[in-house]
Amino acid sequence: MQFELKDVSFSYQPDAKEPKYAVHHVSFSVEKGEFLAIIGHTGSGKSTLIQFLDGLLKPTSGKVFFNGTEITAKGYQYSNLRRLVGLVFQYPEHQLFETTVLKDVCYGPKNMGLDKEEQQARAIRALKAVRFPEDSYEKSPFDLSGGEKRRVAIAGVLAMEPECLILDEPTAGLDPHGREDILSMCRELQGSGITVILVSHSMDDVAEFAERILVMDSGELKYDGAPKEVFRHVDALEGIGLSAPETVYLMRELKKRGYDVPEVVLNTEEAKEILLDIFKK
Amino acid sequence: MIRDITLGQYYDADSVIHRLDPRVKLLFSVLYIVSLYAGRGILCFALAIVFLAVIIALSKVPVKFILKGLRSIVILIVLSAFLNLFLTQGEVLVRFWIFKITKEGIRIASLMVIRIVLLIMGTSVLTLTTTPNDLTDGLERAFGFLKIFHVPVHEVAMMMSIALRFIPILIDEVNKIMKAQQARGADFENGGLIKKAKAMIPLLIPLFVSAFRRASDLAQAMEARCYHGGDGRTKLHPLKYHRRDVIAFLLQFAYLAAIILLRIFLRAFPVEFL
Amino acid sequence: MNIIEILNLIHEYKEYDDEGNSSGTVRAVDNVTLEVKEGDFVAILGHNGSGKSTLAKHVNGLLMPTAGSVMLLGRSVPEADPIWTVRRDAGMIFQNPDNQIIGASVEEDVAFGPENMGVPQEELADRVTEALSKAGMSAFRMSSPNALSGGQKQRVAIAGMLAMKPRVLLMDEPTAMLDPSGRKEVLKTVHELNREEGITVVLITHYMEEAADADRVIVMNEGKLIMNGTPREVFSRVEELRACKLTVPAMTELAYELKQEGLDLPDGILNWKELANALCNLN
Repeated sequence: MQFELKDVSFSYQPDAKEPKYAVHHVSFSVEKGEFLAIIGHTGSGKSTLIQFLDGLLKPTSGKVFFNGTEITAKGYQYSNLRRLVGLVFQYPEHQLFETTVLKDVCYGPKNMGLDKEEQQARAIRALKAVRFPEDSYEKSPFDLSGGEKRRVAIAGVLAMEPECLILDEPTAGLDPHGREDILSMCRELQGSGITVILVSHSMDDVAEFAERILVMDSGELKYDGAPKEVFRHVDALEGIGLSAPETVYLMRELKKRGYDVPEVVLNTEEAKEILLDIFKK
Repeated sequence: MIRDITLGQYYDADSVIHRLDPRVKLLFSVLYIVSLYAGRGILCFALAIVFLAVIIALSKVPVKFILKGLRSIVILIVLSAFLNLFLTQGEVLVRFWIFKITKEGIRIASLMVIRIVLLIMGTSVLTLTTTPNDLTDGLERAFGFLKIFHVPVHEVAMMMSIALRFIPILIDEVNKIMKAQQARGADFENGGLIKKAKAMIPLLIPLFVSAFRRASDLAQAMEARCYHGGDGRTKLHPLKYHRRDVIAFLLQFAYLAAIILLRIFLRAFPVEFL
Repeated sequence: MNIIEILNLIHEYKEYDDEGNSSGTVRAVDNVTLEVKEGDFVAILGHNGSGKSTLAKHVNGLLMPTAGSVMLLGRSVPEADPIWTVRRDAGMIFQNPDNQIIGASVEEDVAFGPENMGVPQEELADRVTEALSKAGMSAFRMSSPNALSGGQKQRVAIAGMLAMKPRVLLMDEPTAMLDPSGRKEVLKTVHELNREEGITVVLITHYMEEAADADRVIVMNEGKLIMNGTPREVFSRVEELRACKLTVPAMTELAYELKQEGLDLPDGILNWKELANALCNLN
């Protein structure tokens, strides 16, 4: 087990008479190499939750373990944890500051105290992993397009060669093309053995790629399971401001009309096969 | 740290003080500062404290909220108190090593502390009870006469109100960038002064970039809403003096007069420790 | 009546290298001709950098054409003097909700436009009340903008435009930074304004689902206008859309794929309801 959260709660004003909890009694664990998605609408506590995982926030109560060590324990040194757990915030391109792309990506490795050659080697590996074009390494990060900037920013975190990559709304504000780029990149990273945790409110982002989905609502963990399990609860999901991929609605409608289709289908390829089977006679 | 500065943060409440014309409150800030330096001795300060206490009570702003504004200048207060405490010559009360505490030292240091605290609290009342826009409106009108000398009063006022609106947004932004860089292993807490200053670069550059981007967005948004300078602009809530404003004007002048009279009186008839 | 008439519009800007020397010109809008009827809801689609925003900013005079003409309500936009007078008729909503709110309270912000126009003071409060109610934001009149959600901020921005009583709303990716519920909230408001107030809406977006509800969809690619038709017409051209880095709505794509496999489905299916009906009609 890579992460284990035990009965974690968090409040921004824990001393208030009736404290409001951003996260309330949440427990779950994450296996190494998993592709996990955390979904919930704005204010559901999902962004707070992921900050526990690399120690940027400390839960008000409860324990968090990373590779068996309690990171919520007193005196725990976060520097090593932050190297092993890469956290990419929303609109990560806002963190770019160096004069060239390569230098910016070197910032993380530099903070780790690596020598110049190793810094560069890691930066180049990271930039390759996000498929950033080699002839643009010396460009200013501020001259890039939105999608390129975002990939450089993700490379900046990857360059620390973390065991786990957590991305908060990595596709926000991108056009469909940029969105697909980032998502398929996440899948490739998982293929290379990194744990990927994706935080999103976009169902289409998570339904196809994630192996497991956590649904957060008002600070509480509502569902935890495989996508096909979670999207069974379409009505409950809609009740908390979420939705399901359109294929789910389509199948439900067909089932209602008496066709023998599975209850939950998450991508168009699968739907295509099923529909052809039934209707191509 | 930055979050604690109450200066420039409006506290929403419905009170007489909130409803006063911003020009009245602007003048109050000036007069109050003058009074703190015009007054001498404990009696004058007692009057200043009472006057401010009444105003704060009327304003319905919780005292806790106003005191929070002092947190950011605690060091300044402590430092000036210490300097005055140890460096004032006079009748020695306590002596240890090279330090000595004098009767005058205690007196001056405590008056100093009271003065700074009152000054900050007094001016906080203005910003806490006046929306930033009212405040800039007030400034714009109060200094409107400078237009004759080609001072761009409207433009400056507009810039101020925009700056005030963006302070909370930029503070939020600082926190976000800080966390993002910490996630890349940045260390903003440890190390010497130079190392700390260097660590600020990855924080400041993104902040400036974002501020410029916001400024250019905002400029377009303002243009899209027909903004073309101050000429021909009307106001939703134009400033108008009411009866309460006249009364407030009179009261604050009466207060300043009382302070000055008190000072003259005390100089003519000195009383020990007053 | 055509409320917007754009004829052979070209917009070029110079690019500069690090030393500040001109390194060439970029043609952001390339010979675009477009007419928008009063009361229409038009969606402009295109990937980032396709020139869709640049095009829209000519309608309210934020950008000036290099060549060609732009007419708004029968008046030439570039020749308007002073230029801000055209902006009364064409309000514009931008992407970032935080960067377009000027006032310290919702009320003050909504009044900003009419204040600039010099609307008499007696009339200002009424305009604010009316605009807030149309945008469904009356309950937040005295709130601070910072306390609002993204979707609410965008509705304040819309109210700020409505207070100027414009005939056209130009919306430059107003939902790109919002979550799904915020996006729904903003679109609902805009559709209501279009239906009930007859305001012409030009919605720039890269969400196909948002374009599906428009009267007309325009697709831009590399500065050129390449498609112009009803959502059904445009979305049936799946291959062409893919070629300009756009995706069609998931159900349109599924229907298209099924059709390729030989199912006899109509063109341009837009949502799951239509697809379910079409499939059931097969048997």
